[in-house]
Amino acid sequence: MSFVEYGDTIKDGDTAIVFLGHESMFPVKVQHGTVTQTKYGVIRHSTDLIGKKYGSKVTCSKGGWVFILHPTPELWTMNLPHRTQILYSTDISIITMMLELKPGSIVCESGTGSGSLSHALIRTVAPTGHLYTVEFHQQRAEKAREEFREHGVEHLVTVTNQDVCKNGFGVSNIADAVFLDIPSPWEAIGHAKSALKAEGGRICSFSPCIEQVQRTCLAMEEYGFTEINTLEILLRVYNVRTISLQIPDLGKAAEDNSSTGFDSSNPSLPGSPCANLQQGTVQFKSGVPLREVVGHTGYLTFATKS
Amino acid sequence: AMEGGLSARIREGDCAVLKRDEVFKAVSVLRRRKIIFEKQWFYLDNAIGHIYGTTFEVTSGGNLQPKQEVEETTTETKEAGTDNRNIVDDGKSQKLTHDDIKALKDKGIKGQEIVQQLIENSTTFRDKTEFAQDKYIKKKKKKYEAVITIVKPSTRILSTMYYAREPGKINHLRYDTLAQMLTLGNIHAGNKMIVMETCAGLVLGAVMERMGGYGSIIQMYPGGGPVRAATSCFGFPKPFFDNLHEFPLSKVQSLLSGTFTTETLPADPEENALVEEESNGLTEEKQTSLQETEEEPTTEAAMEINPTEEQDTIDINAEDVEFKENKEKENKENVREKQIKQWERRKKLLEAAALLREKNADGLIIASKFHPTPLLLSLLEFVAPSRPFVVYCQYKEPLLECYTKLRERGGVINLKLSETWLRNYQVLPDRSHPKLTMSGGGGYLLSGITVILDKGKSDSSNSEALKVEEPSSKRCRLQDLPC
Repeated sequence: MSFVEYGDTIKDGDTAIVFLGHESMFPVKVQHGTVTQTKYGVIRHSTDLIGKKYGSKVTCSKGGWVFILHPTPELWTMNLPHRTQILYSTDISIITMMLELKPGSIVCESGTGSGSLSHALIRTVAPTGHLYTVEFHQQRAEKAREEFREHGVEHLVTVTNQDVCKNGFGVSNIADAVFLDIPSPWEAIGHAKSALKAEGGRICSFSPCIEQVQRTCLAMEEYGFTEINTLEILLRVYNVRTISLQIPDLGKAAEDNSSTGFDSSNPSLPGSPCANLQQGTVQFKSGVPLREVVGHTGYLTFATKS
Repeated sequence: AMEGGLSARIREGDCAVLKRDEVFKAVSVLRRRKIIFEKQWFYLDNAIGHIYGTTFEVTSGGNLQPKQEVEETTTETKEAGTDNRNIVDDGKSQKLTHDDIKALKDKGIKGQEIVQQLIENSTTFRDKTEFAQDKYIKKKKKKYEAVITIVKPSTRILSTMYYAREPGKINHLRYDTLAQMLTLGNIHAGNKMIVMETCAGLVLGAVMERMGGYGSIIQMYPGGGPVRAATSCFGFPKPFFDNLHEFPLSKVQSLLSGTFTTETLPADPEENALVEEESNGLTEEKQTSLQETEEEPTTEAAMEINPTEEQDTIDINAEDVEFKENKEKENKENVREKQIKQWERRKKLLEAAALLREKNADGLIIASKFHPTPLLLSLLEFVAPSRPFVVYCQYKEPLLECYTKLRERGGVINLKLSETWLRNYQVLPDRSHPKLTMSGGGGYLLSGITVILDKGKSDSSNSEALKVEEPSSKRCRLQDLPC
C-alpha cells in the first residue's frame, strides 16, 4: 500500500484504517507481533491483519467486528493526529480543482501543518509531479517528513524547515501552483510569484478572517496577479431518516371521509379511515440536516499569474 | 521555464477557451475562421504563437492584437462627491447621444477612448462618490473595451463554463460539486475507474485530467454510445484515449449473469444513434436539450466543437450532389470500412468486458439523468473492496432511496449524503461583502466505501458496529412524537 497506489492485501508496515462504525475510525500502523485495542476487543496484527484483503471484516477478541480499510488522503484527513488546525476535504476539493492540479503538477505549499492538505496534493500530482512544502516549526516539519516516509510518498515531496515570508519556498520558476495557509499570506505573495513558472500558474490563499483576505488581495494585485477571486465553500451533511407525522384530528372524519386530503390507499393509513385518521400517521423519508454544522472554515482566494 | 514554454503557446488546432470577464467559450483554434463571442466577431489567426493567458484587443476587421499594459491615466487630482443627495436622475446627465456613440465606434475609436469621452460628457460624474465613479468606469469598460483572454482548457474552466452556459446538459452539476466527486472518489493516476455519466462527457474529462493518462477508465453508456462533447474540449493528448474503454449499460445484466456475448450487438443502428446524439450535443445555436423536462432559458451559441468530430458527422449525414455521384463507388469501400469499424468496436467491447469481469475497479463515479439506485446496485458489483464510490443526483429524494437500498444490500460503509454551498465574495477596500447572488442548487452527492460483502450472515446477526452506524436511537425519538 501507499497513499498514491492501491494495494489488495494488508502488509507489514502499512498504515491501515480501522473502521468501527459511523464516523468512528482510527489509523493503525501494521506491525508483526503488535496488538491494537478496540472497544470490541483486541486485534492481533500478525493473524488478524497481515495477508488479509483490504475491506475485510475482522473479528476482535470480544466477538465484535471492524472493517480494515485501505488508506486514502480523505480517510487520513479524518483520522490524522492534529498538530495544528487542519484543512478538511471540502475545502481541499475546491482548492485542488481551482489550482488545476493533476499528475505532473509542481506545487508549493506553506505551512505544512499536520499534512492534511499535503497528502491530498501528493496524491493528485503523483507519479510525476512534486510537492515543495515549507514549515517554519521544526518539530512539525520533522513529523511530516516521518509520515511521508511511512506512507510511501517521500519521493514526491520535499519538506523545508524555514519561514516562507522571509525565505520563500526554496525554489523559483518551477511551480504550477502555490498554496498558502499562514497567518500573514500577504507577506509571502512576492515569494509565491517567484516560485511560480515564468509562463504563469495559479495561487490560492486560505484565511479565516476577512481582514487577512483584504490585505492578501491588495498584495496579489500589487504583484500583478489577475483573476483574483474569493470564495467560501460549506458542506451540508444530511442524515437519512424515516419520519412519521401525525395527522391532526379536526373532527372531520365522521362527516366526510374523502376530505382528509390523503389517499386512503396509502399503506400508512390502513383499514377504515375514520378510526385510523385519529391516530393516523404519514411516513416519509427525509434528509435531515445535522443539528450543528461547520458554518465557516476560511475564505479561499484564488488568482492567476500570467 | 523553457521546456514548459512550448506547450504553453497557442497552436493551430488546439482546443482553447475564450474568456471575457466571467464568460467562457470553448473553441478550436483554426485559421480564417470567424468566431462570434459576446456580440463580437473576430479571427483567431493572430493569437497563434502567443502564450496562453494573453489578453487581446479586438481591432476593426476582427483581428486580435495583444493588449498593451496601459498605465491608468489617473494622475490628475480626482474630484468626487461625498454622497448622492444632489444627484437627480433626469436622464440627461450623459451629453453624448446614442448616435454620437455609434459614430465613435464606427470610426474605429478604441474602447478606452470611448469610455473617457463618456466620463467627460457625464455631468454627474464629478459629483458621484469615488466608489460610484469606480463602478461607473468598470461598467463602461466592460461594455466598450473589446478584450478577450485566451486560456488553456481545464476542469476548472470547463466546469465553470458548462454550469453557467449549459447547466441542463450537465444535470446542474455545479463545479464545486464536481470537485467534491473527484476528491471523494480518490481519483488519481493509476486507478481503474468506472464512470457512468450523462454530463456531456464533462465528468469523464475531469476524471481523465486527474488520472493524467495513467491507469484505465471504463465508461458505461446508455443508448447508442457515449457522449463526449465536453471531453473533446479538454484537448487531451491521444495517449489519454488508449486506456479509455466504453461499455453499454444495456449489457451490464448479461455480463453480471455470465450470458454476455458480442454476437447480439446490433452495430449499425447504434452507430447512427451515436452520431445523432453527439451532433445534437454539439451543434451550435440550435441547442434545445431534448432530455430537459424543465423550462430552461434558451442560451445563445455555446460550445464550439471539436473539428474532427464535426467532420465525421458531416461525412455521414451530408447528402450533397457530389456525395450521391460517388455513392456507388464508395459503397463498397464503405462496407469494408464498416466491417473494420465493427470488428474494432467488438474488440474494444471485449476488452472492456474483460476489465469489468475482473471486478476489481478502484472506484465508481455516477452522475447521470437516470435514477441512481439501479445503476449503483449493479455497477458496485464491479468494484473491489475498500474503494470509494460517489453518486451525483440533481435531486435529494432519489439519493434517500438509494441510501436505504444500499443499506439493505450491505457491502458498503461510511455512507454520506451531502451537498455543498458556494459563496463568492467581492473584496475591495472598504467594500467587501458576499456577492449579491449565489447559486441555488448544485446537486447532491451520496458517497461511501465498499467492503467485502459477507454472504453467510444476515443483518440480524450483526454486532454492535452496524448499530453504531445506524442512528436508531435518534430515529425512534423523531418517530415517537408526543401526542
